[in-house]
Amino acid sequence: MNLQLVLEQLLNGGQLGVTLFLMAAGLTLIFGIMNLVNLAHGSFYMVGAYLAVTFYRWTGSLVLGVLLALPATLLAGAVVEVIALRTLYERDHLDQVLATFGLILFFNELTAIIWGRVGLFTNLPGWLSGSVDFGATFSYPLYRLVIIVVGIGVAGALWYMVTRTRLGMLVRAGASNRTMVAALGVNIRLLYTLVFGIGAALAGLAGAMAAPIYAVQPGMGDPVLIQAFVVIAIGGIGSIRGALAGALIVGMVDTLGRAFLKPALATLISAPAAQSAGPALASMLVYLLMAVVLVLRPEGLFPARGR
Amino acid sequence: MRHGRRAIVFLGLVLLLAAVPPAAALLGQPFYVDLLRRVMIFAIAAVSLDLILGYGGMVSFGHAAYLGVGAYAVTILAVYGVHNGVLQWAAAVGASMLLAAAIGAVSIRTSGIYFIMITLAFTQMLYYLGISLDVYGGDNGMRLPMRSQFGGLIDLGNGTEFYYLVLGLLVLVVLFVRRLVDSRFGMVIRAAKSNEPRTRAIGFSPYPYRLAAFVISGGICGLAGALLINHTAYLTPDLMHWTRSGDILFMVVLGGMASTVGPVLGALVLLVLENALSNWTEHWQIILGPFLVLVVLFARRGLGGLLWREERDG
Amino acid sequence: MAEPLLEVRGLSKSFGALSATDQVELDVLEGETHAIIGPNGAGKTTLIGQLAGDLRPDAGRIRFAGEDITALDAPARSRRGFARSFQITSVYRDFTALDNVALAVQAHAGHSFRFWRAARGDEALRAPARAVLEEVGLGARAEVPAANLAHGEQRQLEIAMALATKPRLLLLDEPVAGMGAEESQRMVRFLATLKGRETMILVEHDMDAVFTLADRISVLVYGRIIATGTPAEIRANAEVRAAYLGED
Repeated sequence: MNLQLVLEQLLNGGQLGVTLFLMAAGLTLIFGIMNLVNLAHGSFYMVGAYLAVTFYRWTGSLVLGVLLALPATLLAGAVVEVIALRTLYERDHLDQVLATFGLILFFNELTAIIWGRVGLFTNLPGWLSGSVDFGATFSYPLYRLVIIVVGIGVAGALWYMVTRTRLGMLVRAGASNRTMVAALGVNIRLLYTLVFGIGAALAGLAGAMAAPIYAVQPGMGDPVLIQAFVVIAIGGIGSIRGALAGALIVGMVDTLGRAFLKPALATLISAPAAQSAGPALASMLVYLLMAVVLVLRPEGLFPARGR
Repeated sequence: MRHGRRAIVFLGLVLLLAAVPPAAALLGQPFYVDLLRRVMIFAIAAVSLDLILGYGGMVSFGHAAYLGVGAYAVTILAVYGVHNGVLQWAAAVGASMLLAAAIGAVSIRTSGIYFIMITLAFTQMLYYLGISLDVYGGDNGMRLPMRSQFGGLIDLGNGTEFYYLVLGLLVLVVLFVRRLVDSRFGMVIRAAKSNEPRTRAIGFSPYPYRLAAFVISGGICGLAGALLINHTAYLTPDLMHWTRSGDILFMVVLGGMASTVGPVLGALVLLVLENALSNWTEHWQIILGPFLVLVVLFARRGLGGLLWREERDG
Repeated sequence: MAEPLLEVRGLSKSFGALSATDQVELDVLEGETHAIIGPNGAGKTTLIGQLAGDLRPDAGRIRFAGEDITALDAPARSRRGFARSFQITSVYRDFTALDNVALAVQAHAGHSFRFWRAARGDEALRAPARAVLEEVGLGARAEVPAANLAHGEQRQLEIAMALATKPRLLLLDEPVAGMGAEESQRMVRFLATLKGRETMILVEHDMDAVFTLADRISVLVYGRIIATGTPAEIRANAEVRAAYLGED
């Protein structure tokens, strides 16, 4: 196999990893701080994508569309938190899972009513649709590079927020000691709403950035959500670091598996057998990886401290 | 009369279900036989989930996997010309138990949120596997070449005969699970759910018991899968779609956990409601979703909580 | 001297920089009631966790009845005769008192992969369970759900569950904690009836209970056993008095 192909797949893996990180970061924050399992997190991915497309069509600018979609998803998250999820913090995981499952059904159907069941397709604006040349033999689509760069930037900003700011301090303190934070005069309910909104906006950003290159359709966030679960199971729950590591591992393994497993198998077994076994195995790869990690380290690779 | 009310509800339910085929014939509505057969098949799946969820405290968000594996086992055998129902169904149950053993071995080592995520993830893996199995229809699915054959004893092509077979199996499954949870084995998984540190301190290692319950549960659900594929006669990976796991979970909670009879009720109410809503509007899920949220928020004990007093032994 | 029933050597466990148990040495002789006392934060909970098998020590060995049990988990220790009660009452709240004890009997009656016969109709479990309930004075309360028992009764139930496993060693974690004076005295009187018959480790804050019941006392301070001896010796020990100064 040639070097260009490997490079391209590595970048593709990075792009998937970034998307998964944006999803997993919100999930893991919300779980770590509010102890809430939110299945409807994938819905915010979908909402972000739909809103970005809609705003893009109104304004004629993709950047504006994505930038408008962010606060809108944040708001949507905050509204959902206040109306439905706030009461679930004290409930057990089963209640949380079922109620948020109900929310998914609602959101998927709502988008189908508003935008229809047929996928929306959007074109990239001209200035983003080109490729970047690396040397003479290798080039990579500009927009995908932008996604990777934005994702890395957001990861850095998130790390800064959690470790260096007052909000982050409150968030970390709130996770371990609610009454203490409340005693400091901080409105903990508002804090939770804000954190939930930020988590939703992160998922929304992932969806918004995916909108121009994938079909935007009802339920599009759900498979991403499940992959984000795999990320968290591998990385360890409640830690941003774990989410980042898990996302990159899953992104790379999944992408490289789909690209190279079939040809690799073909060198071991007959080509027709590899033809059918390759894709099947590739689609199972990250889940098998998860199983192995869990057998070796049931708490994931980077479990949050004290949890 | 510890289980008095519950037993009466169950008996009433069985009589009601038994009366459906003649009643439907009388009304000229054969569709109801079909609908309620489907209800009973899902009731079997829900009862199997109740064994590990209600009694064992294991929140499996992946029970559709066993439904799917049961269906695939029957279809694959049929594709290769094995139509013997006993063989097919035994294979369905066996394959589901094997799969449950593998998934359970990994996931039962974890608990709480991990368990939920992992069972969900593994089922998604099987869903993708189903999609990539082009030989067996891949994404689009395939027709079941022929329904399971029972040597002329029962004809599954006959809607009514099939209906009563499913009803009989449902009764057997409910009684079997009832028996199981009252046995020494059942007491251990219930104890481990109720208070794990205490259970370990008196000398039980919960893991093997939980795993065994998980495997039994998977096997029963695999049987439901074998029934379901004979019911629809069409194999599709959608059998293993993750929302189906959510549906089964909801049936158990809606009917009332740890009651064995509740899940039957839950399956009945949910599927009949779905059917009514979808006849009314294409966008029925916009009603079902919030309904689900409301049940969780305000009717935590399910329908069982209304119909029979809370069993003290949860 | 015969080998002690429980022999703890160099047991250490730390959490980060905090050394919760530090080179603990402890011998519990067959038949004795051995109290462990110490000020709050002395590491009693961590020590109990390691003795019961819930916490893995960083270093050190635990021998029980001639066998090294350091690597065994809690269920395995229970099966070898190590029974315990919890500091915060731990019973099956939804089960009746009799069910609770019958489960403890069942745990020591071979494997429980028995799927058919109803456990609640099984006299092999119920009869011994009833006998133990009678012994601890809960005979009349057998059919009451544990959640409906009074606090003191729930603590008695815990001890009944421990006794039902026919233990060789009983680890009692603050058995009179949270009890009123009268309840507490009743519990101490009951424990006195077990004295000599059962080998007991008694971890307790209540000094009246400790000095009434204990044959020997070990004092745990900052994760270390600073003294072991008879109640009279401990009372006279200057180091112990210093450790407790300002504490009570």
